[in-house]
Amino acid sequence: MMREYKNRKNVQKKAYYNDRFYVVPNIPKEDPNSDEIFSKDYKELKKHFQIKEAYIQRGQLVIIIKPEDNKKVLSFLKDELDYTFLSEMSANDYLEQSGEFEIFYQLLSMNKRKRLRLKCRIKEKSAIESVYTIFKSADWAEREMFDLMGVRVNNHYNLKRLIMPDDWHGHPLRKTYPLQGDEAASWYEVDKIFGKEYRDIIGPEQRDPARIDRKDTKNFIRINHEVPYGAKPSKEKTVQEYQEEDGVFFIDEFKKDKSKVLNTRR
Amino acid sequence: MAQHKVKYLQESGLPIALTTVDKLVQWGRSNSLWALTYGLACCAIEMMASGASRYDFDRFGTIFRASPRQAEVMIIAGTLTKKHAEFTRRLYDQMAEPKWVISMGSCANTGGMFNTYATVQGVDRIIPVDIYLPGCAPRPETLQYAVMMLQKQIRKESAFQKQKPKRLL
Repeated sequence: MMREYKNRKNVQKKAYYNDRFYVVPNIPKEDPNSDEIFSKDYKELKKHFQIKEAYIQRGQLVIIIKPEDNKKVLSFLKDELDYTFLSEMSANDYLEQSGEFEIFYQLLSMNKRKRLRLKCRIKEKSAIESVYTIFKSADWAEREMFDLMGVRVNNHYNLKRLIMPDDWHGHPLRKTYPLQGDEAASWYEVDKIFGKEYRDIIGPEQRDPARIDRKDTKNFIRINHEVPYGAKPSKEKTVQEYQEEDGVFFIDEFKKDKSKVLNTRR
Repeated sequence: MAQHKVKYLQESGLPIALTTVDKLVQWGRSNSLWALTYGLACCAIEMMASGASRYDFDRFGTIFRASPRQAEVMIIAGTLTKKHAEFTRRLYDQMAEPKWVISMGSCANTGGMFNTYATVQGVDRIIPVDIYLPGCAPRPETLQYAVMMLQKQIRKESAFQKQKPKRLL
């Protein structure tokens, strides 16, 4: 198959991306009764639990429930409705909008060949019940959620940080967490290895990747114009050889003029 | 049996060499730079390629050792995360003197493209570095060249002096 032809003339001058404030349209929501299998599941669920909202998106049933019910609904889905596989769970940060986390459980039914997503929202300071007794895969997922988002989980047997170090400060996947780290993060390795007194000696992190001072001979060396550490930069050309001029003790001298460049591979 | 003639008075064929103990020791050190098997990210793939048969580190006397007690060179091959920084420092402290460090690739030099909260912005923040290799990832030739330059540097040093205290020590 050939790629679709696009006229790329003048493409450098044109702005490649026009709408700076482009808002991604929502994926259309369909009625849960439009699918045969999902409509049965939805009816079963409605009999037993209070469901806030339900719809089908991209062929997956999304069900929004109360956070207190999460364990009961999940065990019902696993035992009665054959959704036996928890492929993913985590939280989304909606703290700015409503002060809440949205927690989602992505389920898969091997027999029905369907995917179902369970969602619920909890307040920032409240906690959600652990589901690792139902799905073992929730064990580390809940720890990750606790680590990176700061969502507390009740009755988890080993709730500690999974990815960040134990003495880390803050939860990096929250929208409010700065990408380059807060004060504690920027000094983390220095404080841990040397102690806080060494902050002055080592200095703050250099966070500008494009910063190059060509007169700075402490941090940069100009190739073919090398000078000793901290000396003034010079324009004189230097040649770097990996053997000393008078040759190396016990090692044959490498003679550049006698070396042979092969044009073809042997 | 093959017959060969040793030209004793030509091409340094005489089986006697006059030198100083200092030079001899440093010559030995520079030609047995045992490196620590320590790969952190994708640069480690290039480091392994340098060790394997095509580029063949063994001919420089560089053999990868799995223990810091037996290693002289630490090649920081890859991204150093803040969680891992203390272990790198511990491995460096466990190496016996004299010891040298090669910082391999952009991530080890400056943090590289990982301008984030979780990456150490340059390994020289925690351990002193002798040679920085540019590249993402540097080719095995670059690492070979770095080892050769390090050998040259070692030959210049004196064998019986303590290593000069470097930054951070």
